[in-house]
Amino acid sequence: MLSWLIVLPVIAAASVAFAPRRLKELHLPLGIALSVLPLALAGYIFWVFEPVAGYQFVQEAVWYEPWGISWSLGIDGISMPMVLLTTILVPIALAASTSITRRTKEFVVYVLLLEAGMIGVFLALDVFLFFVFFEAILIPMYFIIGIWGSDRRVYAAMKFFIFTAFGSALLLAGIIALAVTHAEQFGSPSFALSDLMDVQLSIGAERWLFAAFALAFAIKVPLFPVHTWLPDAHTEAPTAGSVLLAAVLLKLGTYGLLRFNLSLFPEASVDAAWIMGILAVVGIIYGAVVAIVQPDLKRLVAYSSVSHLGFIVLGTFALTSGGLQGAVIQNVNHGLITGALFLLVGMIYERRHTKQISEFGGLQKVMPIFAGFFLFMVFASIGLPGLSGFVGEFLILIGSYATLPILTIIAAAGVVLAAIYLLWAYERVFTGVPDKEENKLLSDLSIREISLLAPLAILILVIGLYPNVLLDKIAPSTEAVLDRIESQTEFVIPEPGRLGDVFIAGDNE
Amino acid sequence: MTEVIWLVIALPLLGAVFLHFFGRYMREPWSGWLASGAIASSFVVALIAAIPFFQGGESGSTVLLWEWMPAIGANLEMLWDPLAAFMTLIVTGVGALIHVFAIGYMHGDERIPRFFTYLNLFAASMLILVLAGNYAMLFLGWELVGLSSYLLIGFWFVRPSAASAAKKAFIVNRIGDFGFLIALMLVFTAFGTLSYTGVFERAGAELTTGLATAIALLIFVGAAGKSAQIPLYVWLPDAMEGPTPVSALIHAATMVTAGIYLIARSAAIFELSPIAQTIVATIGVLTALWAATIAVSQRDIKRVLAYSTISQLGYMVLAVGTTAYVAGLFHLMTHAFFKALLFLGAGSVIHAMNGEQDMGKMGGLFKKMPVTGIMMAIATAAITGIPPFAGFWSKDEILASVFERGGWFSVLWIVGLVTAVITGFYMMRLFMLVFFGKSQWDENVDPHESPRVMTVPLIFLAALVTFGGLINTPLRLTLESFLEPSFELISLQHPPENVWTLVVLALLSVLAGAAGIFAAWLLYRRPAEDWQRFEVGLQPIWGWWEDAYGVDDLYGRTLVAPGKKAATAAAFGFDVPVIDGAVNGVGRVVRGIGAWARPLQTGYVRNYGALLLGGAVVVVIWLVAGGV
Repeated sequence: MLSWLIVLPVIAAASVAFAPRRLKELHLPLGIALSVLPLALAGYIFWVFEPVAGYQFVQEAVWYEPWGISWSLGIDGISMPMVLLTTILVPIALAASTSITRRTKEFVVYVLLLEAGMIGVFLALDVFLFFVFFEAILIPMYFIIGIWGSDRRVYAAMKFFIFTAFGSALLLAGIIALAVTHAEQFGSPSFALSDLMDVQLSIGAERWLFAAFALAFAIKVPLFPVHTWLPDAHTEAPTAGSVLLAAVLLKLGTYGLLRFNLSLFPEASVDAAWIMGILAVVGIIYGAVVAIVQPDLKRLVAYSSVSHLGFIVLGTFALTSGGLQGAVIQNVNHGLITGALFLLVGMIYERRHTKQISEFGGLQKVMPIFAGFFLFMVFASIGLPGLSGFVGEFLILIGSYATLPILTIIAAAGVVLAAIYLLWAYERVFTGVPDKEENKLLSDLSIREISLLAPLAILILVIGLYPNVLLDKIAPSTEAVLDRIESQTEFVIPEPGRLGDVFIAGDNE
Repeated sequence: MTEVIWLVIALPLLGAVFLHFFGRYMREPWSGWLASGAIASSFVVALIAAIPFFQGGESGSTVLLWEWMPAIGANLEMLWDPLAAFMTLIVTGVGALIHVFAIGYMHGDERIPRFFTYLNLFAASMLILVLAGNYAMLFLGWELVGLSSYLLIGFWFVRPSAASAAKKAFIVNRIGDFGFLIALMLVFTAFGTLSYTGVFERAGAELTTGLATAIALLIFVGAAGKSAQIPLYVWLPDAMEGPTPVSALIHAATMVTAGIYLIARSAAIFELSPIAQTIVATIGVLTALWAATIAVSQRDIKRVLAYSTISQLGYMVLAVGTTAYVAGLFHLMTHAFFKALLFLGAGSVIHAMNGEQDMGKMGGLFKKMPVTGIMMAIATAAITGIPPFAGFWSKDEILASVFERGGWFSVLWIVGLVTAVITGFYMMRLFMLVFFGKSQWDENVDPHESPRVMTVPLIFLAALVTFGGLINTPLRLTLESFLEPSFELISLQHPPENVWTLVVLALLSVLAGAAGIFAAWLLYRRPAEDWQRFEVGLQPIWGWWEDAYGVDDLYGRTLVAPGKKAATAAAFGFDVPVIDGAVNGVGRVVRGIGAWARPLQTGYVRNYGALLLGGAVVVVIWLVAGGV
């Protein structure tokens, strides 16, 4: 069944590709309609997904025996939310692309192929297969930015490609090294994740491999200081590209860290936790500070991503229940919220052909519905309790203190900064009297646009108030990750409450 | 009734949701009446549910709504105990009166349904805050209060000053939240839960003084944001940009009381740290004095009241810092009554003056609007501590308790007494400038008494202000015995036992208030030139006061401007040229290698291939060298 999740978008892409050229207007609607199929399947999988640890719906087929490569898929509480997110956002991103009139067919094909790749990444249980999907994603994204982007699209696409390719090289090297080591220890090479987890590595080797994987994923996240491709890519990409980039592609990094670094290199993960934590916290503060003064709305949202993704990495390497659960659910939340923010920026861009904050002012008066959705997403992004962004951030902050106290305290300052850059931007764009002629006649959101945003708003509200729709299914898998780290290393996951004794012992003696 | 206590929150919340989607289809007054009805029904439900507490002996129970974030022991659960009931009754009771008043006040505004949506949301948020059974849900209400205040302060968003004040309120509160969040991290790490019962029962046995002090002070940072204490009070005067009923709601029933409530709720933690208590009490009384001096010199009627709120909150913080929790909560209640009355009275005046807020342009209004005038007189008597009005009883109980604690607190008591003199002065100044003397109105203003829908809530409030203080007099401590079960584990600070000491203390505090009133009466009954000469004669002190000691400017120069500069430097002086420059430089080098490795090919694939090749080479070398 999981293979269908990957195959359906490919079939959809093929159907659009072979659709008659003269029915030009129908290519996009056809793509949207077909992209609902993977969503339906993902919805069904979510529905029957058991809240237990381990992979479900596992499928395995030998691909290339001599190298031990297999087509091996499975889904657990860490990947399931990401698959769901991807399938939800693709139809929305497509439906938001009505302004793309040039080479529409290709565009739809690329987006659908991108979807197949993204789903494949999250489902792959074979590291080589993972790598194939990981790379495959680059190509459609490269073209989406490079063909349908704005003025500096070629530069941005190139930069995106080179950064990621650099990470990929390291990743591939690391993967091959692991497989070769497996061959040495067990007699045959294997790329299966479960096999590679059994490989015994010297601590030196483990650290090198951790670094290779971590750097590859850090570029994707992106962590400071390898984040500079992101603002350019986001700013130049068309709306659908920005949405999928922010919502899903960045999560390949956080997902990879959680799935591969923690599982394959537990010892190194424990040792490097503070380094990753520092990078994460620098990103949280730095991204937020830089976001404050961005003159371009899209760049502002892009830097806010740098800040928000920092929380996810912090939660991941805090190695506590709260931190890890928060990281997984925040993957989804950031996707929904930032995806929606990019949609909104795209909608105003289509009307005014600018994203410069200084070009706006007083929009709440002329576009109250647009302003309402924007403010909703702003507060979701700020982490207002009751909306989903809070659940992730709060779990991460409260959960991470036990292992990374100082870093977590600094990270909490990001919560103040988020309010500053987002509310200041809102003030400049939406409040006051609309004083520019071009802004006075703007039309408010159409029914189509509202119907793109409303599902996201509802999901954000539902997860914010009842996160157990996801947490229930996430928790067993994240606990399993932690259990493994505990069994493989001397690291003891702190149990809150028991730490009270630690405090007291420390104070009295 | 405890099982349906969620209705208290649900009613105004549903009101808000309904008005949000369907309010625009309702004719003008009906959206207001719907919102008022929702909050009034909440009051009734709460009143019925509180019956067991009135009968005594009942200590409260927890109601689980649903699981929220089980990994950190945070669920949506409500604690219905006397303290929660007390707060709920104030929020819904005073809130309902303000809602009704707003129907008249907002008459004619084109976004009335939206206004009542926000008003109901505000009330619901505050109710979530006070009914929460753990810190996480409290934080939910806490932040929703921040959201609703943002929406309401910025209600007239086309005014840049309103939009900016809304943003300022939210951000300054967030700075307080930063402290509060760290407190929650400590609480969770120490106890493994955020639930009140779980934390408070174990706090006494398990918390060390050091940790308790840290948690208590961090909680206070959060409280100082919402309850406008030094140094985070700066958002509150600006919040006057909202429509006047909003000011009344923020200052009387919701929002600013949240911090006092939070400290009272966390009494079990403050109990363990006398240092934290002393710091909190000291900041409280300093805030009281500081804001009172600023209030003396303000010309804008709403700004006088704003600074008076900060000052009165200082008294409450002084009380809870002294562990005189009942006295503090008592003052919270009486203040909710008289400050709501003052704000609605001021609103009535502003309404009559066509939006004029400068007291220098009022004068002689008593004859024109006697009902409002009498209501304001009652409220003024109450806030200045004249018996038998409500403020006298609560303020006296605070000061007497502080006196009884002795030591350093005796100094705080003196400061509190001095503040009472100043309070008398600025309130009488306001009253005289607005209602007596020669009229200074602009030509086109024709003051008139406000409609019934506005004066009736005033009369209700006036009754509460007149008699409300009687629920906790030294003769009959009804409120104390009502709240007792919520403070079982706490040793409360009480006023002195000795009757004569009590009487002397009461006399002193009445005299203090009366002295201020008398001084202001002497000065402001004279012609405008006289008192203006006096005010000018007090330069430069008067100027500092008028300028609120220049704190906003100071923050602007020392925090905001350098912050912006730093952000600009980071964004355009560092991120683009340095970081991006560096990686682009690396990129060029890599491209160079690529060109060298595959000189025949062109295009990006070349680089990619080079990188893969480079990676593979590294691996091979490493394997050969026996790295594994």
